Amino acid sequence: MAEKTFLDSTELVLNMGPQHPSTHGVLRVILKLDGEKIIGTDCVIGYLHRGVEKIAENRTYAMFAPYVDRMDYVAAVSNGLGYCLAVEKLLNIEAPPRAQVTRVILTELNRIASHLLWLGTHALDIGATTPLFYVMREREEILNIFEKYCGARLTTHAFRIGGLQYELYEEFEADVLRFCDWFLPRVDEYEELLTENRIWVDRLKGVGILNAEDCKAYGVTGPVLRAAGVEWDLRRAQPYSGYQQYEFKIPTGQNGDTYDRYLVRMEEMRQSVRIIRQAVERIEPGPIMAKVPKVLKPPPGEVYVSIEAPKGELGYFVVSDGSTQPYRVRVRPPSFVNLQALDKMARGGLIADIVAIIGTFDIVLGEIDR
Amino acid sequence: MKRFFRTVFLVDLLQGLWLTFRYQHPKNIYTEEYPAVRPKVAERYRGAPRLNTNPETGETLCIACNLCALACPENLIVVGSERNEQTKRKELTTFTYDTSRCMFCGLCEDACPVDALELTQDFELATYTREGQIWDRQMLEEGPRPTKYKF
Repeated sequence: MAEKTFLDSTELVLNMGPQHPSTHGVLRVILKLDGEKIIGTDCVIGYLHRGVEKIAENRTYAMFAPYVDRMDYVAAVSNGLGYCLAVEKLLNIEAPPRAQVTRVILTELNRIASHLLWLGTHALDIGATTPLFYVMREREEILNIFEKYCGARLTTHAFRIGGLQYELYEEFEADVLRFCDWFLPRVDEYEELLTENRIWVDRLKGVGILNAEDCKAYGVTGPVLRAAGVEWDLRRAQPYSGYQQYEFKIPTGQNGDTYDRYLVRMEEMRQSVRIIRQAVERIEPGPIMAKVPKVLKPPPGEVYVSIEAPKGELGYFVVSDGSTQPYRVRVRPPSFVNLQALDKMARGGLIADIVAIIGTFDIVLGEIDR
Repeated sequence: MKRFFRTVFLVDLLQGLWLTFRYQHPKNIYTEEYPAVRPKVAERYRGAPRLNTNPETGETLCIACNLCALACPENLIVVGSERNEQTKRKELTTFTYDTSRCMFCGLCEDACPVDALELTQDFELATYTREGQIWDRQMLEEGPRPTKYKF
């Protein structure tokens, strides 16, 4: 062991958050530093805990649906879809085709909205202010479609168990297609702003590397896993809501670093537009609601249904005891599971990179703390 | 060589700046000057609740069936009713709606069999007191009265 010299620094413990603009909410990270180097991180969560899973036990199945929107509020539609699919599986019913196609369109629009918000805030963390304003403009268009369709912009409560509550409004198809045409050149613009920008590349390339083995070991899903080169997408692996009918590419990266995750998400937005275009052609007339009894009393049993939310695998585990209220609802939020890889990614890196690494997970604290 | 050229002349940075510059024209402004310009919200917007009345007679449409109160996840609706001795029907007496706890999920308006309770396009619900958030029947029928500012 080498002798201690005056150049050796002592370990410094630094609190980052919960009130830190770059932790995307109220995440507290305790950093152990050796000079500028991170030698350990510790996440403290729970500042946004609302006990959503407990609330579920005191609500009927239909009543609980608005609460799931409030977990991942950036992708409320995906949350609603996951919950509705889980209860539908418990009741052994399936939404009619028209409802399924509409669900696909809305969830893909929501995926774009979620990725846009991620891009804006992530770029802001790295130091690029401009993309934030541009992505908000595009997101606004998506939120306008949501508002016209179901009356709410963020916590939409768009789906009901068994199908949809609201019939499509008259210009829905035209609105969605107009958005698709208008949106694709905008993605190219973001790429023009960022992809080759040297500050962006220097800050992201080789930062927070998580290889495929580690991803699997930590249970990391979503774009983080795909950036490590694993072609895993639940829309392809376990199709739901008729996703098997749509053609789309699963973008993957090679290095599993922050830059690859950025590229994967950019490509996912384009693929979402592709799915939306195919789905709009498949809208057919018909009922939007399956035959669902007024009082939902699923038979005793338990189901686990997972969907590909913008951030990864979003699973709902619902246990029924045969009454009108669920016995237990457990949510597997993608952000919560992904966050545990933070230590692995940040260790050995520089303190300046921790913001980039937190940003690249695309975490939403409402989902982590529930 | 190409890389050297790009580095020296800051091509990648100028590319981004040129894109930003292209959006300088005033016609690209996307923001709204609220409250001077009030947004037109969608027809289906779920905003302030309203208890509809018959426009001709002014009588309430509500039949006091209590279904909205049962459908509400937050239990924030209280329907008071009493039985009319002559017609043997339930008649609405009081109706309170606590907007401070409302999530605007729309389950109450879905449950209403006569379309009496409705979430409207009014979105300005701020008050100075917590008590002001609890709306009684009169307020629900007449709608909120937001302060109008002059510019």
